[in-house]
Amino acid sequence: MRMIEISGVAAAIVLAAVTAPVHAADKPSDAQIAHIAYTAGDLDIKAAQLALKKSKNADVRAFASDMVRDHQAVNDKALALVKKLGVTPEDNDTSKGLVEQSGEKQAELAKLSGQDFDKSYVDNEVAYHKTVNGALQSTLIPSADNGELKSLLQTGLKIFTGHMEHAEHLASTLH
Amino acid sequence: MQVKINDLAFVPAEIRVNVGDQVEWVNEDFIDHTATANSGEWDVMVPAGKSGQVQLDHAATITYFCRVHPGMTGTIHVSANR
Repeated sequence: MRMIEISGVAAAIVLAAVTAPVHAADKPSDAQIAHIAYTAGDLDIKAAQLALKKSKNADVRAFASDMVRDHQAVNDKALALVKKLGVTPEDNDTSKGLVEQSGEKQAELAKLSGQDFDKSYVDNEVAYHKTVNGALQSTLIPSADNGELKSLLQTGLKIFTGHMEHAEHLASTLH
Repeated sequence: MQVKINDLAFVPAEIRVNVGDQVEWVNEDFIDHTATANSGEWDVMVPAGKSGQVQLDHAATITYFCRVHPGMTGTIHVSANR
């Protein structure tokens, strides 16, 4: 697997796993795509919950609250959709990798406080959304077979692009 | 005057109203949005499936955006009453 170094990016592994050219035989199935997308959202919620616990910066806290609310709404939609389609989300190397990387980043962030925490959290949010959006665009959306899943992923990409812009603006105020 | 929010866009993105008119945003998305004046003069919450309003009380061209998804932008031209 091709690894791409992006400092502090929890999702580096997803990028590496999904930016390789997609061949019909090894493209992720809808069940795997659903699991990757759900996991990516869930991990961002966990990062935001840590920020709400640790940060005292009003703008950072507002951003984190937005992340919890939006990703929860998207994941609720995703759960309702997989239920309707009778698809069982399937754990896979990409989603496992995401969890592992994110766990390491969370541990790193947990040791920081004050402005150091705020900057690291927001920088990571920029990088994380960039990576996940890249994966959605290059692999997950084109690989999705079901039209409703594809459409939800496309809406997700628009939402997460908004998050990335928000995070970038916030990062510029913290540096 | 009503502006829809659909698939992360204000529709129509540009409107013309008179002083004293009310603008209502109707959010058809499943996520919450805001309509926030760039000037900071108003910040309207528009929850998923719900609506939010603002009354325009002076002539101006006002640009606004969604705080949560800042790529969403709109413009309101407010004219003085004749």
